Amino acid sequence: MSEVATETLLRVRNLTVRFPMPRPGLVGPRPWLTAVDAVDLEIDAGRALGLVGESGCGKSTLARAVLALVSPQAGTIEWRGQPVRRDDAAGLRRMRRELQIVFQDPVGSLDPRMSIGESVAEALEALEGPQDAVATRARVDSMLAEVGLDPALAARYPHELSGGQCQRAAIARALVGRPKLLVCDEAVSALDVSVQAQIVNLLAELRRRRGLALLFISHNLAVVRHLCDDVAVLYRGRVVERASAAAIFAGPSHPYTRALLAAVPDPDPAAHVRAAVPELRAAAAAEAVAVVGCAYQPRCPLADELCRQQVPRLEDVGAGHLTACHHAGVRPAAS
Amino acid sequence: MASDALFEVRDLGVCFTTPRGRVSAVREISLEVRRGECLAVVGESGSGKSQLFLGCLGLLAAGGLVEGSARFDGQELLGPDAGPRRAALGTRLAMVFQDPMNALTPHLTIGRQLAEVVLERGLLDAATARARSLEVLRSVGMPDPEARLRQYPHELSGGQRQRAAIAMALMTRPDLLVADEPTTALDVTVQAQVIDVLRGARDRGLAVVLITHDMGVVAGIADRVAVMYAGRIVETAPARELFAAPAHPYTAALLASVPRLDTPLAARLAGIEGQPPAPGAEPDGCAFAPRCPSALETCHRSRPPLESLGARSVACHAVRLAPGAGP
Amino acid sequence: MAGSTHASAMTDGALWGDARRRLRGNRAAIAAAACIAVLVLAALLGPLASPYAVDHVDWTLSPLASPPSLANGHWFGTDSNGRDLFVRVWTGTQVSLLVALLATAVSVVIGVAWGATAGYLGGRVDGWMMRAVDVLYALPYMFFVIILTVVFGRSLWLIFLAIGAVGWLTMARIVRGQALALRQREFVLAAVALGLPARRIIARHIVPNVLGTVIVYATLTVPQVILFESFLSFLGLGVQEPLTSLGRLVAEGALEMETAPWQLLVPASVLALLLLALNFLGDGLRDALDPRLG
Repeated sequence: MSEVATETLLRVRNLTVRFPMPRPGLVGPRPWLTAVDAVDLEIDAGRALGLVGESGCGKSTLARAVLALVSPQAGTIEWRGQPVRRDDAAGLRRMRRELQIVFQDPVGSLDPRMSIGESVAEALEALEGPQDAVATRARVDSMLAEVGLDPALAARYPHELSGGQCQRAAIARALVGRPKLLVCDEAVSALDVSVQAQIVNLLAELRRRRGLALLFISHNLAVVRHLCDDVAVLYRGRVVERASAAAIFAGPSHPYTRALLAAVPDPDPAAHVRAAVPELRAAAAAEAVAVVGCAYQPRCPLADELCRQQVPRLEDVGAGHLTACHHAGVRPAAS
Repeated sequence: MASDALFEVRDLGVCFTTPRGRVSAVREISLEVRRGECLAVVGESGSGKSQLFLGCLGLLAAGGLVEGSARFDGQELLGPDAGPRRAALGTRLAMVFQDPMNALTPHLTIGRQLAEVVLERGLLDAATARARSLEVLRSVGMPDPEARLRQYPHELSGGQRQRAAIAMALMTRPDLLVADEPTTALDVTVQAQVIDVLRGARDRGLAVVLITHDMGVVAGIADRVAVMYAGRIVETAPARELFAAPAHPYTAALLASVPRLDTPLAARLAGIEGQPPAPGAEPDGCAFAPRCPSALETCHRSRPPLESLGARSVACHAVRLAPGAGP
Repeated sequence: MAGSTHASAMTDGALWGDARRRLRGNRAAIAAAACIAVLVLAALLGPLASPYAVDHVDWTLSPLASPPSLANGHWFGTDSNGRDLFVRVWTGTQVSLLVALLATAVSVVIGVAWGATAGYLGGRVDGWMMRAVDVLYALPYMFFVIILTVVFGRSLWLIFLAIGAVGWLTMARIVRGQALALRQREFVLAAVALGLPARRIIARHIVPNVLGTVIVYATLTVPQVILFESFLSFLGLGVQEPLTSLGRLVAEGALEMETAPWQLLVPASVLALLLLALNFLGDGLRDALDPRLG
């Protein structure tokens, strides 16, 4: 792609985030929910990593941990070589100038009592210090224009704008400080399809123009496919597969990835005619219950005794394609 | 065809009185649903697709007015006599909404809520109600139905809750099910399962109206599709024909916006520039003209009427339906 | 789903414009607001309209306590000391309103700051801060006020400080609840992600978004304060001579209830009207603002 020096911007090692759950009785150990379980990730400058998984898989928690909005129980997060810790105010300040986030709910991520111009200006001031009013106005206007909004909309409030416009404003707010990496937490999931396409194109355009790296979190594989260079699939807090986008979409090796791909609704009636979809038995029991062995086995068509005993480790199945499955690459018997 | 249509809407309009005056959400809608078929009503935010059916069923929010006719099995639902509507709603005509937690009462068990549907109306006795509950839960693919009867909604996963909501709707063995964005709040794999459930019910003779903005979901179940934009229908067609050869530019653009797994990697998505007009702020002429790649001069001046040919209809100046396979 | 064509979406709006519109549609609230405006105007202008001063004893009357009459200029009559009740009632209303507004202001300022901080910071800080509130709540409030007035004398400032010092507790609890909910909202998370310090987030994002609730409860606090001050006066602990308040007047009037009923009826009616109007207005404000509060 571009000749941006391939510096590793974000390096996550063995990240574990747990939340305490209410005790079932008055006494006894407090159960913990492991939202993120020993996750390794890397994003280089200018690259886009898609983080895919369904609700409860921990991807939002992971995003928040990366931004130091929650504290991990174990593991490290490094931003451009420097460790990130919530108690290191100076380090956080430096990181926040270069790492920003866009959330799922476009209207909810903007303060309803502030105009979008004010929200963007506040970001500018927070990241770069107090500014001259005229200069601020100019930068806010140019940022709004860059995301496709008429600068005249700067005086409008979020509830006066459409979802797509609000999301553009949120992107403007995230990018006004010229960050190097943008985390998109389901940033297009709440938008209409045609608006979603606009925003995806906008993100791709911004990436190209600014050499922006992306951590794109989504449950929609088709969108991830259009935007990301690499993909990591998360299930119950663990990375079950990680590879380049080309490799994953050409040949997914984990049964869950295959299930996700098969479940993507294809706008083509012919494709739906009794396609060979691996049977998905509904997962039983609450997530807090610790599962011995592979977390996916209640739903997996390939599960066997080994799967029930041993948690599979993430292993290279060729050319940097990592999979955590005892039966990586094996396809279920076609039906 | 002739009126063996189970559900027939003629010239329906829904408007709201707001502080800024009367605003139309939906205008001049005519459509029909036949027994055992699935009609998908597709549209994005502001298209009015939900308001259309809320209006037909008398479920509009305060300040909403309906005009026009909606007939269910020959009986007028919107007439001065609310009797037919009350009789049909909840028994032969059921509705499922986007968020199952809205349909399910948090403090009652699933079994209790399912049974209530038939016990309230005195349709069945307690024992038969329980048997019917189990049967219906099995038909929606709910794992371990007996256990589910004793559980509360919060103990179920999102997909299971939606199945329970659909089961509740099916308790009275309705003839028509209106599902308003039933899969939007669900994960992809769960979505696929819920569509499977609806498809199964349709195969067993239930007529389904699926309101959605997700074309992929439409492709999985619809027999016919009606596309709405800015409160009006812009195209209707059998599903296969619509996907193979969309006539209206909006339909074509909508289909092109859907990210697919089989197009080249990292290709640019074809979105639609701009956004739909806000209700009450529709432009003169065709509402889609400002965003339409095929817009003609006349499109900005006069609104194209909905013209039909065979099983298809389209409201567009730039497109003419021709007899034969597609336009 | 982004965007919505529901009627509620068309008539709602997070901001004051639509709230104002909703309020205007509420007849009871409008009538109440008008009533309050009239009473305030009367309180300010009334004493000026009458030739009598607030503590002027009219020796020409016999007996000193005379019923309302247009002839002798005592439109509301006089009290047992011959002082004009018209002037005294409106002066008393001024004092009652002043006490109420100041005390409410104190409770709003302290309550919002305390509650917003506790709710936003959460965790142990929140725990300690709200336990403090619980402890103060549990204290015998009347005892305190009585002791304070005995020790420091019955100055006006002390009264409203004492009332305000207790009134903030409820406000703090209410604001803390709102702040706790707001903390989870994504725009607050976005502010944290920008690296904004906690005090800026509380000031710029939490407080403006709880203002709706605060206004509603402040409006409902005012009548409570007036009533409380009246109660203190009734006990003989309220404002001192020559100042008077509605409560004092009611207390004094109650003593003469049988012989000079107007001495009770006039101030009591004004008090009741004021309280009723404030409560209606508060309800109306809550209906207008609350739907959009989270």
